[in-house]
Amino acid sequence: MAITAEAVQAQTKPRWLTPWLRGETWFAFLFILPSMIGFILFYAVPAVRGLFISFTDWDLLTPAQPVGLANYQKLIMDVDFWKALWVTLNYAVINIFIQTVLAVLIAVLMDRLTKSIFVRGVLILPYLFSNVVVALLWLWMLDPTLGIVNSFLAFIGIGRQPFLGAPSQALATIAGINIWRHMGYTALLVFAGLQTIPKDVYEAGAIDGASELSMFWNITLPLLRPVLVFVLVTTIIGSFQVFDTIAITTQGCPAQATRVIMWYIYEFAFDRFNMGYATAISIALFLILILITLLQLRVLRAGESDL
Amino acid sequence: MTTQAATMPNLASGPKLTRGRIMAWAVMILLIFITLFPFWWVVRTSFSTQKLLLSDTTSLLPVGFTTANFARVLGLLSTEQAIAAGGTGQAINFFLFLRNSFIVTTLLVLGQVFFSALAAYAFARLHFPLRDKIFFLYLTALMVPGIVTLIPNFILIRNLGWLDTFQGIIAPKFLMTPFAVFFLRQFFLTINREVEEAARIDGASLFGVFWQIILPLSIAPLTTLAILVFIGEWNDYLWPFLVGKDESVRVLTVALGIFRSQTPQGAPDWGGMMAGAIVTMIPTLILFGLAGRKAIDSIQFSGIK
Repeated sequence: MAITAEAVQAQTKPRWLTPWLRGETWFAFLFILPSMIGFILFYAVPAVRGLFISFTDWDLLTPAQPVGLANYQKLIMDVDFWKALWVTLNYAVINIFIQTVLAVLIAVLMDRLTKSIFVRGVLILPYLFSNVVVALLWLWMLDPTLGIVNSFLAFIGIGRQPFLGAPSQALATIAGINIWRHMGYTALLVFAGLQTIPKDVYEAGAIDGASELSMFWNITLPLLRPVLVFVLVTTIIGSFQVFDTIAITTQGCPAQATRVIMWYIYEFAFDRFNMGYATAISIALFLILILITLLQLRVLRAGESDL
Repeated sequence: MTTQAATMPNLASGPKLTRGRIMAWAVMILLIFITLFPFWWVVRTSFSTQKLLLSDTTSLLPVGFTTANFARVLGLLSTEQAIAAGGTGQAINFFLFLRNSFIVTTLLVLGQVFFSALAAYAFARLHFPLRDKIFFLYLTALMVPGIVTLIPNFILIRNLGWLDTFQGIIAPKFLMTPFAVFFLRQFFLTINREVEEAARIDGASLFGVFWQIILPLSIAPLTTLAILVFIGEWNDYLWPFLVGKDESVRVLTVALGIFRSQTPQGAPDWGGMMAGAIVTMIPTLILFGLAGRKAIDSIQFSGIK
């Protein structure tokens, strides 16, 4: 009966209209309606609105003044912006390099030694807790006078270090804190990748008399590439947006050594209420992230596997 | 397996203790120690008498064992008692912040999982015009980093008059996140259609199919998503910090940050802060203990999306 009703409608109404009149369509739109509201209000419109705000001068109190490309022109000449970008880049490089090496090391160790769920649970533990908790914990451990790490360093003769208090050490210390939080999690991802490598590849290698190290370089690493690409892309995107740890510990100090791009945006938006310039920087950051991701995918040939 | 072990003993996980294996275990144990020791240090500090922390910096056990730090941050001591226990005398009420964190996280888990499941079901199973175009739009949002929408969203919440309200904190992620919709759609696509079709023939409505067949069949991925949302939102800092500083809606992470910034520069209240950190960590630990392997698999999965 439903079929005949639809057929009659199809004859009398234009063709493109037919699918819109079906009950299933109405139902489907009812189903996606809540998510559409969320998507439009908090993803689509804000993204476009951000672009518009970046062409204005706006302090939230007086109406926004359109200024054309002035914010972007200012950005290009802004020494502090480039400095913040440089700090962020340094942070990302330290973070990615050490974290990836450590994660691969842990994953290979787990693969060889134990598949115990307990060991996996322990290694992922830091990742379960907030950046805020982790930052506070290390702020205490690394305290110049009372911290246990400095007591230990003094005890073994290396001597106390300022860590977060010195411009030369602060950024690397922040990177270290975040590496501590993420290395077990990243190791689990790499470990999952290791499980997908067929064991007979190694068997063949062993018969050919390949050493363990050369098998690691020539078999394990190339076959891990899809996982490693994923890890590198997400780590770099995360590193460029580091904020929480810095907000809790150094707040951009000492001597702006930890003023990363996110902190710079935060200062303009919520300390100086310069919304136009702050959104312009955030859109610049977005473009930089797209560029880096595309570059990475190309260099690392993400889609292909060597298997 | 046996032949493999015979041909390459260095790769097999046999019990033979070669020098390499001993060294590998040594590195592994060192890594586990580096992971666990800081947690012990938080526990040790939180149970220490605040004033004694300044003189004994290396004792592995709590110095002057006390639960006063917890009583203090939970607001159970009077001002005089709190000052005597090493606090600044400011009222700190982590019970309230714990409640706020629970309200925010529970609402976000329920809302995001339910509404995303509705949408994911429509995208996976129903036929309607523009379906693939709308889904593609959702996917593009997956690529946009949070910073791009952060400031406009803040302005929107401010214009709505929702600053320092629960609805302001939960609004952006209550109805959907692109990841949640994508994740559940992937799973719904794998469910056997025949069960649904049989139910339809028996006269079940589309919502009946969703409620009585799809959801019960999807307990596992729904739990995975709920765990991921819980951990992510419980630990979130920047957004609730921007829109919910007021005590009545302040969540634990924001409270810890404010606690830290209010602490006097000379003698920070480490005992209190570490007790606050433990209050923040316990619910996650309980979830981890209950869900165990499931939680680990969920987190591992989130990486391979």
